[in-house]
Amino acid sequence: MSNIGSYEELCKTFDWKMAERELDFGRGGMYNIGYYCSDRLCELGLGQKLALVWEGFNGEVRKYTFEELRSSSNCFANMLEQQGLQVGDRICLFMDRIPELYIAFLGILKMGGIVQPLFSAFGEDALSMRLADAETKAILTTRKHLGKVRRIRSTLPALRSVIVVDAGNRSLERGEVAFSLENARGLEKFEVHKVGPETPSVLHYTSGTTAKPKGALHVHSSIVAQYISTKWVLDVSPDDIYWCTADPGWVTGTSYGIIGPWANGITQVVLDSGFSARHWYAFIEKYRVTVWYSAPTAIRLLMKEGFEPVKHFDLSSLRHLASVGEPLNAEAVIWSEKAFGKPFHDTFWQTETGSIVITNYPWMKIKPGSMGKPFPGIEGTVVHPKTYEPIEKHGVAGLIALRPGWPSMFRTYWNHKETYDAKFKNGWYICGDRASIDSDGYYWFIGRDDDVINTAGHLVGPFEIESALLEHPSVAESAAVGKPDPINMEVVKAFVALKPGFSSSDDLTMEIMNFIRKKLSPLAMPQEIEYVASLPKTRSGKIMRRLLRAKEWGEEIGDTSTLESD
Amino acid sequence: MPEDLKKMLIEYIKKEYLDEDSDQEITENTRLISGGIVDSFSMVSLKMFLEKKFQVKIPDEKATPEAFDSVNNILSLLKEFTKL
Repeated sequence: MSNIGSYEELCKTFDWKMAERELDFGRGGMYNIGYYCSDRLCELGLGQKLALVWEGFNGEVRKYTFEELRSSSNCFANMLEQQGLQVGDRICLFMDRIPELYIAFLGILKMGGIVQPLFSAFGEDALSMRLADAETKAILTTRKHLGKVRRIRSTLPALRSVIVVDAGNRSLERGEVAFSLENARGLEKFEVHKVGPETPSVLHYTSGTTAKPKGALHVHSSIVAQYISTKWVLDVSPDDIYWCTADPGWVTGTSYGIIGPWANGITQVVLDSGFSARHWYAFIEKYRVTVWYSAPTAIRLLMKEGFEPVKHFDLSSLRHLASVGEPLNAEAVIWSEKAFGKPFHDTFWQTETGSIVITNYPWMKIKPGSMGKPFPGIEGTVVHPKTYEPIEKHGVAGLIALRPGWPSMFRTYWNHKETYDAKFKNGWYICGDRASIDSDGYYWFIGRDDDVINTAGHLVGPFEIESALLEHPSVAESAAVGKPDPINMEVVKAFVALKPGFSSSDDLTMEIMNFIRKKLSPLAMPQEIEYVASLPKTRSGKIMRRLLRAKEWGEEIGDTSTLESD
Repeated sequence: MPEDLKKMLIEYIKKEYLDEDSDQEITENTRLISGGIVDSFSMVSLKMFLEKKFQVKIPDEKATPEAFDSVNNILSLLKEFTKL
């Protein structure tokens, strides 16, 4: 029997207070996520239980009990206070998946800071843009990424402290501080900052179509939804060994790679290594992973390697599999049943929703390719794209809409309240994705309702790529769209019109690709560049990405009456 | 295996995929993909560089993370398509 029991019954009876009571949220006036993910577990007698088992790509292993997690996160919190950082300061985590990332996340929350996790593969422009927008006060990083921070620091007047967690013997510059968790002794006592349930906790940046990335601001009460959805959707039990393959630079890596499992007192394992099917299977075998939360892109990469590697490993420990990031195709569900004897359960949610909102539950009959059903306590529907009225007819496409009010819902976009307000129509939060609902209440994903590119489960904004492309000396105008890709669902394709005096060549293509990769990130790097004489525009001069995208996907081009004439 | 090819590849990877301030050493056995130096997206530009430099076409099914995981692995892969 799975944790959730009867879904239909819960949909009738559930309210979020039930989850609060289970978590004992607010005990003694305490609402801090940092407390609920470490101190509370020790108070419950789980201090000696393993909280984190980390393995590096070269086989190095580090282990932390909940007691060590508690005292080590105290160390980080104390150090940040000593650096003069204060409640409400935005403190960025910019490092690979090392234990310090997970532990500092709790430390920042414990001292009342707002955690701003950023993907460590971000280039200078992507990093600078997000730090400037948040007026980030401190950044915790490693030697590997320090160069990028140094090169943009002069453009960030709000940035006071750069903390290097593995400085070793590397000489540091003024304003940089070395902090070694391994050399620091655990701090037994630290007075966890007493936040309220609505106090900001985590600021995750996400991409949009027409503007720069925006920071979705979450609050401490998000843990209520993350706790209960980890328990019911990922079906964790006390003896589970849980592996979430997501990077905490993105929301899955924090909601379900830190908060959800630790709020449940679960042992989680982390592999800090690039993808390799054999390495992943060996990792599952070695640690006897029972619950595995991964992504469609990774599953399709495993599929590409076939059944043969699976045979060489004992994967019998696997009990429950789930997936997030982009729609999980039916073939991947069927393949995983054959390969592991269990299907991957698709889960749908966003940076903004903070926790799983539509999903396939452990007990539920999976319809391969479907997103599943809304989480208890969350009212969902699809609405008409113009009237925002619910579509009652089954199988008709509309915009996914959710009634606001669950605890992990974002509270605003940092500095962009008007953009936040625009996400709500007719009393619904509009996700920006299109779907239909069948007669059994299952949701079926159709696609994004905007030009944002979903590549390997990460949203990339075309505006950010196009702006960066224009900074290349050869580029006169550009458009970035998603093109279909069998592994990543979409990859970035750029259309480029060159300035006079430049001509297309393989060398120029490589140069532009690497230019974007270094400025923004590998995810944003166009995997293909098509050179064009000019780009299709509306009569008012706006580039029509829709047209270019439709061509890539073999779709109808639609109304072109507003196109400029040649 | 000509040493100058190995050296050229190492230099290219250092220049393109390591931060300019990085103190990380790259050898022919350094783990590139699993070590987080080159990710699966960046493999596309590395593959394009190899194809251009060595005038070969590497089939997508051969361009696996394992095949690109070290300079030595890359050279073994290239040997399948060209006389090195």
